[in-house]
Amino acid sequence: MLADILQLLVAGLATGAIYALVAIGFTLVWQTSQTINFAQGEFVMLPAFFVLIAMGHFGLAFWPAVGVATAVSVVVLGLLFKRLIVDPLIRHGVLPLVISTIGLSILMKEAVREFYGADAQPFPPLATDANVTVLGTAFSLQNVVVLALCIAAVGALQLFLARTRTGRCMQATAQNPTVARVLGIRVERMILYTFLINAALVTLASVLITPIYLAKFTNGEWLGLYAFIAAIVGGFNQVRGAIVGGLLLGVVDDFAAAYVSSQYRLALPLLILILVILFRPQGLLGRVEERTV
Amino acid sequence: MRQQVLGLALSALMLLAGGASAAEVKLVYVGEISGAGAVSGGNFRDGIILASEEINAKGGILGEKIALSQFDTQSNPGVARAQMQKAIDADPYVVLGPIFSGNVKATMPLLRQAQIPHLIGGEAAELTAMSDPYLFRTSFGQQIGIPKISNFIHDEIKAKTIGIIWVNNDFGKGGRDQFLREMAARGIKVVADVSTESGQVDFAADVVKLKAANPDAVFVYSNEEECARIMREARKQGLKGPFIGDTTLLSQKAIELAGEAANGAMGHVGLSADAPIPAVAEFTARFQKRFNYKPDHNGIKGYTAVYAIKYVTEKKLEKFDRAGFAAAMHGLTITPQDEPSILIATTWDDKGEIDRISFLAEVVNGQQKITKILPKLGK
Repeated sequence: MLADILQLLVAGLATGAIYALVAIGFTLVWQTSQTINFAQGEFVMLPAFFVLIAMGHFGLAFWPAVGVATAVSVVVLGLLFKRLIVDPLIRHGVLPLVISTIGLSILMKEAVREFYGADAQPFPPLATDANVTVLGTAFSLQNVVVLALCIAAVGALQLFLARTRTGRCMQATAQNPTVARVLGIRVERMILYTFLINAALVTLASVLITPIYLAKFTNGEWLGLYAFIAAIVGGFNQVRGAIVGGLLLGVVDDFAAAYVSSQYRLALPLLILILVILFRPQGLLGRVEERTV
Repeated sequence: MRQQVLGLALSALMLLAGGASAAEVKLVYVGEISGAGAVSGGNFRDGIILASEEINAKGGILGEKIALSQFDTQSNPGVARAQMQKAIDADPYVVLGPIFSGNVKATMPLLRQAQIPHLIGGEAAELTAMSDPYLFRTSFGQQIGIPKISNFIHDEIKAKTIGIIWVNNDFGKGGRDQFLREMAARGIKVVADVSTESGQVDFAADVVKLKAANPDAVFVYSNEEECARIMREARKQGLKGPFIGDTTLLSQKAIELAGEAANGAMGHVGLSADAPIPAVAEFTARFQKRFNYKPDHNGIKGYTAVYAIKYVTEKKLEKFDRAGFAAAMHGLTITPQDEPSILIATTWDDKGEIDRISFLAEVVNGQQKITKILPKLGK
């Protein structure tokens, strides 16, 4: 029984860590540019197909293909997304941008279906099917690798934001862009950096989750929903909130499926979302924001 | 004047001739082109397309070319019903599909009312129990496939306990209910009964439940993509199996998606592209050449269904007659001597249930290997 719980915990944390990566991207982009990207799930779905195209059509090995996919994602999902969709629309307010990202998500999904087919594609795993035994309990090596890579990525991001000049400038931009501009920070460039970081994070999430989910044009539907819920539950204005939200969701989802019912596993995260909105609308770790009306 | 009359008469004759040569027989495919059933529906559709192209190249059915229309159910019963209504409005001779049993259930009343024969891919046991005179299977119902696999578990695996993981839709629930009855009849204890959702992507918790029950064998009864994800997760968590399934677990697509995790999976397959039958091997080569992938059982189902339509229309009716078609199909056996592209001798009973030889198979080095041929039930 204890072994089952530990195995579920590690599996849930591994999946939750991937949700957290996606949710961090959500919050970073929101904090710096007030952009809610409802295509974030499809942003995770797409890089896996970049990897498959690089491998299948250009004959690259897996890791070089991941490198190419990361570069393409940073350009397409970071730079071009900001320049072609966000910049022209953000001046008209949040709502047109939200509607545009919903449209973009449909476009991306249908484009992948059209060009790559509706059925799932196999995707190489990052680790073998071996198990790691700790204190008599066997844990999947793949889960351990996923968890370790997520922790490393989040740790590196936190170090970048807290310990580098650029990172601190990005934080200043997120907290108050007007003051940041007065202080000489190149706000537009900092905002662009968050979009590029978001693109890199979703690419990592894509490479980690697709061996489990298989590459399919519908993958973004689940991922986008879970990451959005994770970001709200944790606190939309805090990176650490997104981490907690993602991990919480991953663990709750697995335990609900094992001990409650697999039919209601989707309901539980939504229930948590409702409770958080009712009793702690700023999220578990979020801070209350006041707005001038 | 005489020349003008002659010219007009010739023109009229040419128009008539042109009209005659353009005569077409309408077949429609209403199937799972997208959504959770895309793998099955896509294979079935491509089998239909290949057969239609071959038949048209040889002059069509009774001299009329097949005009094939496709309607996507999106693997959703609500959409399937709407699409079927559109298909019926096109006045087809015969409808092919759907593949998912839930979609068949949602659409069969419409076809029955319109008196249009339909050759389905669904395997849920209840479909042929509804006494629809226009419904015909292209694969075994669960009441035929599940007992065969149950005998295998009892006689060859010699399992005393078993875990079942199944998909909670009409196909999965029907199979699970039948499987529980068969296990009880053979004295095999079901120690884990794990329900999953159609389109589910994360099976970590479900596999933990199976592991905790420690069964002698695991019966996997889901659609192709989910079977692959289950196998991957099971191998990831070190669940040893053996894993046993009926048709979908051993399908080419499930094997391709599961990769090495599929190795060692065993079970019963109603149809297989790897069947040791020359006609099937030739079909597989033609299919691969046309679509650039290896077909699974659904590809064979779609292909042979169109040839069954051709055979009945040309050899039994000699005209296009929907009611006559349905009547002729009941109790009919088509052998490869009658129609080579039927591939395997096939019989339909008075309920539209199908009977033909089937196979026991195992996945070895990423390939489905047929280990035994099971005879027709009617023999």
